[in-house]
Amino acid sequence: MTVPVLSGSVVADLVLPDDETVVRRRYRATFLVLALVLAIAPFVAYPVFLMQVLCFALFGLSFNMLLGYGGLLSFGHAAFFGLASYVGAYAAKYGGLAPELAIVLGALSSAILGSIFGAIAIRRQGIYFAMITLALAQLLYFVSVQTPELTGGENGIQGVPRGKLFGLLDLADDRMLYAVVAGIFLAGLLFVYRIVRSPFGQICKAIRDNEPRAISLGYRTRHYKVLLFTLSAALAGLAGATKAIVFQLASLTDVHWSTSGEVVLITLVGGLGTMLGPIVGALVIVSMQNYLANFGAWTTVVQGAIFIVCVSLLRGGIVGLVQKWTGRAL
Amino acid sequence: MEELLGIPVQALFGQILLGLINGSFYAILSLGLAIIFGLLNIINFTHGAQYMLGAFLAWMGLSYLGVGYWTALLIAPLLVGLTGIAIERLLLARLANVDHLYGFLLTYGIALVIQGLFRNYYGASALPYPVPAELRGGYDLGFMFLPTYRGWVVAISLAICLATWLLIEKTRLGSHLRAATEKPGLTEAFGINVPLLVTMTYGAGAALAAFAGVLAAPIYSVNPQMGADLIIVVFGVVVIGGMGSILGAIVTGFGLGLIEGLTKVFYAPASDIVIFVIMIVILLVRPAGLFGKA
Repeated sequence: MTVPVLSGSVVADLVLPDDETVVRRRYRATFLVLALVLAIAPFVAYPVFLMQVLCFALFGLSFNMLLGYGGLLSFGHAAFFGLASYVGAYAAKYGGLAPELAIVLGALSSAILGSIFGAIAIRRQGIYFAMITLALAQLLYFVSVQTPELTGGENGIQGVPRGKLFGLLDLADDRMLYAVVAGIFLAGLLFVYRIVRSPFGQICKAIRDNEPRAISLGYRTRHYKVLLFTLSAALAGLAGATKAIVFQLASLTDVHWSTSGEVVLITLVGGLGTMLGPIVGALVIVSMQNYLANFGAWTTVVQGAIFIVCVSLLRGGIVGLVQKWTGRAL
Repeated sequence: MEELLGIPVQALFGQILLGLINGSFYAILSLGLAIIFGLLNIINFTHGAQYMLGAFLAWMGLSYLGVGYWTALLIAPLLVGLTGIAIERLLLARLANVDHLYGFLLTYGIALVIQGLFRNYYGASALPYPVPAELRGGYDLGFMFLPTYRGWVVAISLAICLATWLLIEKTRLGSHLRAATEKPGLTEAFGINVPLLVTMTYGAGAALAAFAGVLAAPIYSVNPQMGADLIIVVFGVVVIGGMGSILGAIVTGFGLGLIEGLTKVFYAPASDIVIFVIMIVILLVRPAGLFGKA
C-alpha cells in the first residue's frame, strides 16, 4: 500500500521495490509485527484507550483506501461512521440484537448509504466531490437532529449494552472486548490489503491516474468508483458501529462535520496511502484529544494547527517521513 | 388579503424577507468563494471563519472601543482582508505546486484554529449586537412590516454584488483578473504581476466574507460557530450554481435563500435541508451546476 496519493505528494518520491514477492513478504512481516504489538498493547496501556485508537484507525483505513486508491477525497465520511453508530446502538439497545449482528447491520446500512451518496457525489470531481460529500453528510446530520425519537437528539443513544459475542463471550470485560476490536481491526486491514491488490484495486488506481484512458480501455469507471466508495463506507460503518458498542454510545458528534475532518486529519498525520498511516495517526490524534480533554476548545485549535503543519511541511505524514528515512514501504 | 395559500400574509412575506436576507449572505459568500477559486483553484474553507471574524470585530469594536457600526463596516473587512493577505503569502502561496486539495485542507485547519480560539475566549453563547440607531424602526408597507435594517441588508448586499460584478467584468483590473484566471502563465508574460493579483484576490474574498459578517451581526447574534454551519450550506449553493459565473453565483444565492424562506413557511423542518436536496436534484439532472460549464 504505497502508491502515490494526490499528484505531487511526498509519498510519490518513494522508490518501490519491483519484486512482487519481496513486497508481499514485507507486508506480511509488517502485519505480523503489528498483530504482535496489538497483542502486547493491553498490558501496557488502558484497553479502552486502545479500543478508541483502533476504532478511529479503522475509520482512517476506510478513508485512506478511498483517497489513496480512488483519488477521491471524501469530506463527509462522518455520515457513514455516524449512521452505523446509530444503527448499531439502536439495534443492540432496542432491538436486543447480539453485538456481532448489531455491528454487521450498522456496516451494512452504511454500505447502502455509501452506494447512494457515492453515486451522487461522483458526478463531480476534485474539490466539488469534497464539497458534495460534506453537504450530503450535513444533510444526514440535520436529519439526525430532527429525529430524536430514533437518535435520542442531543442525548444520543446511551447505555448501549455490550452484550455477549456469539452468545458466549461476555464483552463487559474490557480485555475480552479489546481482543474482539483488535480482531475486527486486523480483519479490516487484511480486507483493504486484499481489495487494493486485487484486479479491482488495480483498475481503481488506473482510473485515479487517468480516467479518460480507463474509459477508452472499456472500463465503466463510474461503477468502479461507486463500488470503491461503497466499500469504504462499509468499512467506516464497521468502525462506527464497533465504536458504539465499545463506548455504549451513539451521538450527534459521530455524524458531525468535525468527525469528517478528524478522519482526514488522522490519515494526514499518519501518512496518506500507507498501511500503517491510519493507526499511527489515530494513536497521535486520540492521545492528543484525551490529553487535552479538559482544556475545552483547545483541542480544536491544536487539531487545526496540526492540519496546517502537516499540509505545509509534512505532506507524507509520520509514516511517510519514516519511509523516506528507511527507504522501506510501511 | 389576510391569507394567501392558507398562510397569513404577514408571516409569508416575513419569511420571504428572511429568505432574501439569508440569500444575501449566500450570494456574498459564494461570490467570494468563486473569485478565490477562479484564481487560486482552492475552495476557501476559512470563508466561514472570516465571516465570523467580521461579526466579532464589529462586536469587539463596539464593546471594547466604542467603535460604531458604520466604522466597523469599513474597518472589519479591511482587517480581515489584511489577515487574508498574510495567510495567502505565508501559507497558501507555498502550496501552489501541489494538489489543490491540500489548499482546501489547509484552509480547513486555519478555520479550526480561528473558531477554536474564539470559542475559548467567548464560549459558545451568543453575543447581542444592537441595530445601529439610523436603521432602527421600519415601514408599514400595507401587506407587511419592513424593518429598516433588514431592507438595508438586502439592498447593500445587492449593491456589493453588482459592484463586484462590474469590477470584474467592466474594469481594467477585472480584465487582468479574468486573464489570470484563464491563463496565468501567459498573463504574467504580458507583464502583469499575477502573484500579487492572487494575493489581493484572496484578501478581497476574505474582506467580502467579513463584510457579510458585520451585516449579519445585528440580525443573528454573534457567536464563534456562526460561520461553520453556514459555510457548508454555501458549499451546497456553490455546487448548485457552479463557480463559472459571477452573476450565476449572485442569482443562485438569492434564489436559494428565497426557496429556503418559503420552505420555512410551508414545512419548517425541511428548511434546514432543502438546499442540500436541491443540490442532489441538480447533480442528477445537470451535474455541471446551473451556470457551470461541463
